[in-house]
Amino acid sequence: MSSQFVQFLIAGINAGAIYALIALGFAIIYNASHVINFAQGEFVMLGGMMTVFLLALGMPLPIAVLLAIAATAVAGMVLEKLAIEPARGASVVTLIIITIGASILLRGLVQVAMGRNFHRVPPFTGDDPIPVLGAALLPQNLWVCGVTVLAVLALRWFFTRTMWGKAILATSHNRLAAELVGINVRLVMLVSFGLSGALGALAGVLIAPITLTHANVGIMLGLKGFCAAILGGLGNFPGAVAGGLVLGLAEAMAAGYLSSQYKDAVAFVLILAVLFFLPGGLMGRGSTERV
Amino acid sequence: MRLRGLMQARTGGLLALALVIAVLPLALPNNFYYQVAVLVGLNAIVCVGLNLLIGYAGQISLGHAGFFGLGAYASAVLTAKFGWPAPLALVAGATGVALLAFVLARPILRLKGHYLAMATLGMGIIISIVINQEIPLTGGPDGMPVPGFALFGLRLTGDRTWYWIVGGLLLLSVWLSLNLIESPVGRAFRALHGSEVAAETVGIDTARFKVLAFVVSAVFAAVAGSAFAHFAGFVTPVEAQFLRSIEFVTMVVFGGMASVFGAVVGAAVLTALPQILTAFHDYEMIALGVVLIGTMILMPRGMLPSLAALTRRWMR
Amino acid sequence: MAKFTLRTTAFALAVMALGISDAAAQGQPPIKIGSFLAVTGPASFLGDPEAKTLRLFVDEVNARGGVLNRKIEVVIYDTAGDAKQAATFAKRLIEEDKVDVLVAGTTTGETMAVVPLVEQANIPFISLAGAAVIVEPVKKWVFKTPHTDRMAVEKVYTELKAKGMSKVAIIGGSGGFDQSCRAQAKDLAKSYGIDLVADETYGPQDTDMTPQLTKIKNTAGVQAVFGCGFGAATSITAKNYKQLGMTQAFYFNHGVGSQQFIDGAGGAAEGMRLPAAALLVAEQLKSDDPQRAVGLAYTQAYRAKYNEPISTFGGHAYDGFFLAIDAIKRAGSTDKAKVRDALEQTKNFIGVDGIFNMSPTDHMGLDLKSFKMVEVKGGKFVLAE
Repeated sequence: MSSQFVQFLIAGINAGAIYALIALGFAIIYNASHVINFAQGEFVMLGGMMTVFLLALGMPLPIAVLLAIAATAVAGMVLEKLAIEPARGASVVTLIIITIGASILLRGLVQVAMGRNFHRVPPFTGDDPIPVLGAALLPQNLWVCGVTVLAVLALRWFFTRTMWGKAILATSHNRLAAELVGINVRLVMLVSFGLSGALGALAGVLIAPITLTHANVGIMLGLKGFCAAILGGLGNFPGAVAGGLVLGLAEAMAAGYLSSQYKDAVAFVLILAVLFFLPGGLMGRGSTERV
Repeated sequence: MRLRGLMQARTGGLLALALVIAVLPLALPNNFYYQVAVLVGLNAIVCVGLNLLIGYAGQISLGHAGFFGLGAYASAVLTAKFGWPAPLALVAGATGVALLAFVLARPILRLKGHYLAMATLGMGIIISIVINQEIPLTGGPDGMPVPGFALFGLRLTGDRTWYWIVGGLLLLSVWLSLNLIESPVGRAFRALHGSEVAAETVGIDTARFKVLAFVVSAVFAAVAGSAFAHFAGFVTPVEAQFLRSIEFVTMVVFGGMASVFGAVVGAAVLTALPQILTAFHDYEMIALGVVLIGTMILMPRGMLPSLAALTRRWMR
Repeated sequence: MAKFTLRTTAFALAVMALGISDAAAQGQPPIKIGSFLAVTGPASFLGDPEAKTLRLFVDEVNARGGVLNRKIEVVIYDTAGDAKQAATFAKRLIEEDKVDVLVAGTTTGETMAVVPLVEQANIPFISLAGAAVIVEPVKKWVFKTPHTDRMAVEKVYTELKAKGMSKVAIIGGSGGFDQSCRAQAKDLAKSYGIDLVADETYGPQDTDMTPQLTKIKNTAGVQAVFGCGFGAATSITAKNYKQLGMTQAFYFNHGVGSQQFIDGAGGAAEGMRLPAAALLVAEQLKSDDPQRAVGLAYTQAYRAKYNEPISTFGGHAYDGFFLAIDAIKRAGSTDKAKVRDALEQTKNFIGVDGIFNMSPTDHMGLDLKSFKMVEVKGGKFVLAE
């Protein structure tokens, strides 16, 4: 393996892990409500910006990070409570427009509260590159990958082993049936948005030390996360992770080996190709349509 | 009988729109207002087309700014770099977009729901990246100037001239789409939105109609793009960007899905809104977000259908 | 009770008197300066300090009694960097707000979209955007304050040539500012004997430039890297550069002229160089340097009001604003044609960007001398010449 390839691999996996976390957030909300949450990227932004804000208040980094994630989870629940729940019964497209409104609102609020400058978050553990097979890895890259793996495992446990997780899955499969067996669907929605907010914020704080953060950082990351979610098969958790990794690696390899000018286009061509041949995404289940 | 009444209501709507376009200049004090009105008209043309796809065929597209951008740049590049006459460039742009949409339609429309959204999004983004990167042709991110529109040696300049042109184009596009909706094809459209499977079981070739809706909406966007390029005299890749696609969809849903005039209202409100929200200065984005969320909660079916239902309740 | 009434009456009278004297002193409607800037959106990093600067100095000039005995009023609209919005707002400023002069346009796209309008409306327009096309060829009503990106490239190439470095790699974004810089770098390479051996692009919101830099790293013989860009992407580029352990000389264009670039890179920017307006190193200028005083004044005023470091972008707005005021003063009125002529005759105007000497053939009026080569040392910009 050439050192160049290893370097591209590191870049790809790092970006892929972040996309995966964002894609998981999309998947959770999609499963609970069939809504594509266009404010998912803003959760990522909130995670990073809240950390900056709390650090400026003099909090130590670990506490700032945890509080930022918690605060974003609350923001997600507030969004559900104030904007999604009152529109219950509206069409899915209407709900999507509401999330677009929420995304604009959140960006506007953060710009007023914290300005339009970009900010740096210190790395969790040092900034000295670690040489790997001729390539250079940052300690923060390890944090990104490690925490993403943990988050994915935790989610898996949550959805397969806990009552709450099962309730959410049940709701996603059949909302009416879930209600009939006594699942509080409204609470499920609330938890889903909270969880999704927390995941987005987690992605945000993990990459902020590598990529800096600012009020507009969520737009493109949200879009990429959406792509990853679709690529893997919408609402499919392992698919979201796979989609994120594939997208991250495709971008890095395209930038490295093909044309950096057209690397974003390469990623989208890849997605289109996948969709044309696998219309349900990489791990899509053959879905039947209800008539 | 019922259909007849409906038809009349629709013709009435067209007349009302024509009246609004004819009378509006009385309330427009200067060229700035004309300019906003022209932009409203251009967005409305795109939305009327997009509404056929979203509201009637039930297919979402997050890539229509790509078609708008292609139309705009076809006109810009063909007239500025190759010296084509503007009308020819417009037709070439629209034809090119129609072909592209037709070729893409089959594989793209095979997809369902959000996969379709993703595919159209990807298509739009690829178009905007190409426009952005082909600097020798398009001027890249800083954009390029576009010569004026000359028809039979007559140069169309000035906001007021363009107001009447775009007004006419809008009426034409509304008339076309009303006809489409009322045609047998259109009834199939509406069936589609209800249930694709049901439509197929009664022998409607759903794929064909979806393709038609896709192509027609793409052409509307391309023509609006061409007109915009000549009107503005300058185009940048922002016109083709993904956020612009989202804006178009927002306008359609905001105004009222499956309502031609709703699309016009949505385009009008959301195009004019930023000009009004400037009063909020730094709080502009917050205000826009609140307006979007608030309207969609209070009027989940969009402004026009919800307001119409409200008036009907009052009238009773 | 009576006392209370008396006092309020006195207060009301005082207010009225103040109002009257104020009106008497002014006597005329305010001078209106119109502006449309990318306050939000991808170029907000440039537009935000520009808007802040305009607001700050309007208040200051008004506190000193205004201009020609008239108050100054600034109308600022946010384009979010969108050329279409810029054109609409420009029309609004001209037709609806009836401004006397435009000091506006954060990006080249916004500026160029407005040029036809401005030429038609016959209103003086001072652009704050970088590209040379804005004033080359000269347009009757259009001026600009920042150095062109062409000059930034010339400044860097001059130093590279002096140091005997000829193999250069470019890395930059796909935005307008970056692409324009890249185009100039390619255009000028030959005349400076520079061989561009690599050219890498990143997306406007990319978060990792290691693949692009790795390619440069593995390109044989690269002696120097030239970065075209601004904002967060440049800080990330610097961080990635250090991460990969690359050691070639790194030059940026003037887009990184802000303390934020250094802070964002978190130490990785050490040793990197860029051409910048003297403003960035005002404290280090020789005491007889005419730009020192004006640079320091701007820096102190901006810091005092906003409690954040200055950038050269805010400086462009400062120069645009005071060039307009200077021209209005010399014209003795806000007559648009007279103000335009006065602007064109600007001589020895000491701004933070440099000393402006305009002419009918030069609507920017800056030369290479006012560009300083600056190096990042100890987390600060240090004069390197």
